[in-house]
Amino acid sequence: MNRDQVRKSFIELIKPYVRIEQPESIQDSSLLVDDLKVNSTRFVDIILETEDKFKIRIDAETDMDRFERVGDAIDFICEKTVAA
Amino acid sequence: MTVNRVVITGMGIVAPNAVGVEAYRRALCEGKSGISHQPQMKELDFGCQVAGVPDISDRIGDAFWDTELLRNSNSSMKYALIASVDCWRDAGLQLPRRDSETDWSTAAIIGTSGGGIDTIGELVVPEVEARRVRRLGSSAAERVMVSCMSACVGGLLGLGGPVTTNSSACSSGTEAIINAYWMIREGRMDRVLAGSSEPASIHTWACLDAMRVTMRKSNDSPEKAARPLSATAGGLVPSAGAGILMLENLASAQARKARIYAEVLGGYSNSGGQRNGGSTTASNPEGIQRCVREALEVAKTRPLEIDYINGHLTGTGADTKEIRCLSAALERTLAEMPWVNATKSLIGHGLGASGSMESVATMLQLAHGFIHASINCEDFHPEIAELAPRVPQASIPAKSRIALKTSFGFGDVNSCAVFSRWDD
Repeated sequence: MNRDQVRKSFIELIKPYVRIEQPESIQDSSLLVDDLKVNSTRFVDIILETEDKFKIRIDAETDMDRFERVGDAIDFICEKTVAA
Repeated sequence: MTVNRVVITGMGIVAPNAVGVEAYRRALCEGKSGISHQPQMKELDFGCQVAGVPDISDRIGDAFWDTELLRNSNSSMKYALIASVDCWRDAGLQLPRRDSETDWSTAAIIGTSGGGIDTIGELVVPEVEARRVRRLGSSAAERVMVSCMSACVGGLLGLGGPVTTNSSACSSGTEAIINAYWMIREGRMDRVLAGSSEPASIHTWACLDAMRVTMRKSNDSPEKAARPLSATAGGLVPSAGAGILMLENLASAQARKARIYAEVLGGYSNSGGQRNGGSTTASNPEGIQRCVREALEVAKTRPLEIDYINGHLTGTGADTKEIRCLSAALERTLAEMPWVNATKSLIGHGLGASGSMESVATMLQLAHGFIHASINCEDFHPEIAELAPRVPQASIPAKSRIALKTSFGFGDVNSCAVFSRWDD
């Protein structure tokens, strides 16, 4: 899976959690909580769905800061999937 | 102290035999059973393999659902949300946007017996025991709360009054309506969404099955299984669903020209204290009679004014006891009793949801002038044979003015509400 494919797939995954009028405006620079208004309580669900969808393991202690910004999360998933 | 009159201005229903008020009215008129064979109960070797489970598949596409709400709702939450949204719209109100102002003058009291238990049984216990705690996700905590239904409804509608869940087993639904009545009567709220919701939980039903209080003799004929008042009644048929009613201050209802179904004249809840033959699972007859008399006292209604009783009547040995208690409380012989029917003959025993689903049935019968069939009692119980002519076995037209709704529950708890037809 190349980066564009991961990006498309990850954005589809987070859309139900996004609380903005135009979810199509999601950018790599968007912050999930501050810009996309994702309820921070639901962060753990995004992590679990990401694990399932990309068949990777995300460490809740060390990897969570990689999920603050959309582009960083996509890069993280790419690294993990390549590594796998 | 201000004493406000309390009226019903909206209703919503998710019942095993119909979803939606108009469909429910038709189902009641037709004597339609909502009891069906349940393959899972058969597979798990239940004695009783029939139950009443609402079909909400057509309602999951409604615009108020978003992916997050749908994913984070268990069955009792879904039933309560659908019934509450229907009730809200039926009351002539617009669904608020998620970013609307809080509605400080509306409350919600949504009762249950086992709200959240489906999430506990189907998700939490299996995942925890498999050492997969992190896989529970963020919303399990919201779904295992007994108050999961009132919480999700309050959030969707932006309610700013008390948003709470009462739990008194199978008395919960009627008790919620009575509690809401007092809230409005005393001027503490203008409107209260009141009712109850019960999950379709195999685990709750298993406990009833283990007690041997469920019907085991009708697995091959589900529609004949719920048999209140019958000589061959062999136990209750478990079911699930929700009934929600909008109770409103009469002045508020009239000011906004709301349609009024009925008036809540009063109600009363008590317990028999598990004395005098009462126990955790049986009623003290004196408790029931006091509850009826006190409800009539609050409603300023004389026993002879009652035209119709929507009984608790579960299809167990308690039916004849209930009828004798009602007869004694109203000081009317069995032959002199008002019309009596058992909505449970059509929808099974909705446990915590029973009182509200049956109250919606009561309102519809008052408003539309009929008494629905109490089915499956063609072999009427011989101990109360004199009552038989007062229990319609086919739907009949009847212009009842005042109705009594009774609900009783484990813990020897009782709730009785008195409703009056509304004539413009």
